[in-house]
Amino acid sequence: MTTTFAMLLLMLGCALVTWAPRVIPFILVRNIKLPDVVLRWLAYIPVCILSALVLESLFQAEGSFVTFDWLNLIAFIPTLFVAIWTKSLSKTVIVGVITMAVLRLFF
Amino acid sequence: MSTHLNLNESTENFDSFSQGIRDCIPTLLGYISIGVAFGVIGITSNLSVLEIFLLSVLVYAGSAQFIFCGLYVAGAPFSVIIITTFIVNLRHFLMSLTVAPHLTRYSPLRNIGFGTLLTDETFGVAVTKVMKEKQLGGNWMDGLNLTAYLTWIASCTIGGIIGKWLPNAENWGLDFALLAMFGALLVLNLSGVGKTKLMHYLKLIALMAILLYGLLYFVPGHLAVLIATIIVATIGVATEK
Repeated sequence: MTTTFAMLLLMLGCALVTWAPRVIPFILVRNIKLPDVVLRWLAYIPVCILSALVLESLFQAEGSFVTFDWLNLIAFIPTLFVAIWTKSLSKTVIVGVITMAVLRLFF
Repeated sequence: MSTHLNLNESTENFDSFSQGIRDCIPTLLGYISIGVAFGVIGITSNLSVLEIFLLSVLVYAGSAQFIFCGLYVAGAPFSVIIITTFIVNLRHFLMSLTVAPHLTRYSPLRNIGFGTLLTDETFGVAVTKVMKEKQLGGNWMDGLNLTAYLTWIASCTIGGIIGKWLPNAENWGLDFALLAMFGALLVLNLSGVGKTKLMHYLKLIALMAILLYGLLYFVPGHLAVLIATIIVATIGVATEK
């Protein structure tokens, strides 16, 4: 249960560069009225960023070719159906985790 | 703090601290599994339990903490670790920019609080709330954020303790919780848009897949996510009717 001064400085450095991008927009939008086109652009961010995060984990970038991460892709299919069917976050997560656990049992 | 005299039932329900906690619960499995996994990996990367605890308190970002371990154990210089952490978390700038316009009526100090505790998951839950109810409440945000933050710190620390005793603790499919959750949040966001809008979005997602695939040849995943999001959102605005 120890740490060093250098490690503490490193962690504080990382904390600062993580904190700034999170907080600056909250200060910025109080003082500046965002133009209409920026607001319309921001409306696309949720779907874009969520689909990017999902798609990125379905690809496998190790090796010389980018391929599918087959295990994630196969587990994602029933997960997606449950999400569309139930529209429930917790049911989707539970089905996803169980599907992946079963797949790992065989592969 | 501000709603003691609020008798309006529906307003109270939409902006209550306890509703924020409840809306956070479905995401907790994600935080717990990733947090515990991080704690275990932290130990195998020669971090102490105290350092794992401090990292989850100070940085509070899953992917950045994992990359921190990877670079630290590889002996990377501190400058490289800090710059990489910055790039990995730069997507939060876009997320904060998306959420912040809904909370400008609160004080600067509270807004700094909202921003400090923004993560991929709380962002996902908050934009889904905006999509459904067209507004966000500060108490609800605090309930959501604090539940996620405390669960994360506890999970990472417990993971560190587990890692000390069981160095090879396997996570049975639990790491998939994160992907499943983002998938569900994506579906929830899409289910709220109209039929013509949905077609537009589906085309954008197809474009996103192609663009990401190409980008992954040249840049690491977290950077590909950031670049592809900026490009596809811009195309989205340019092609909307």
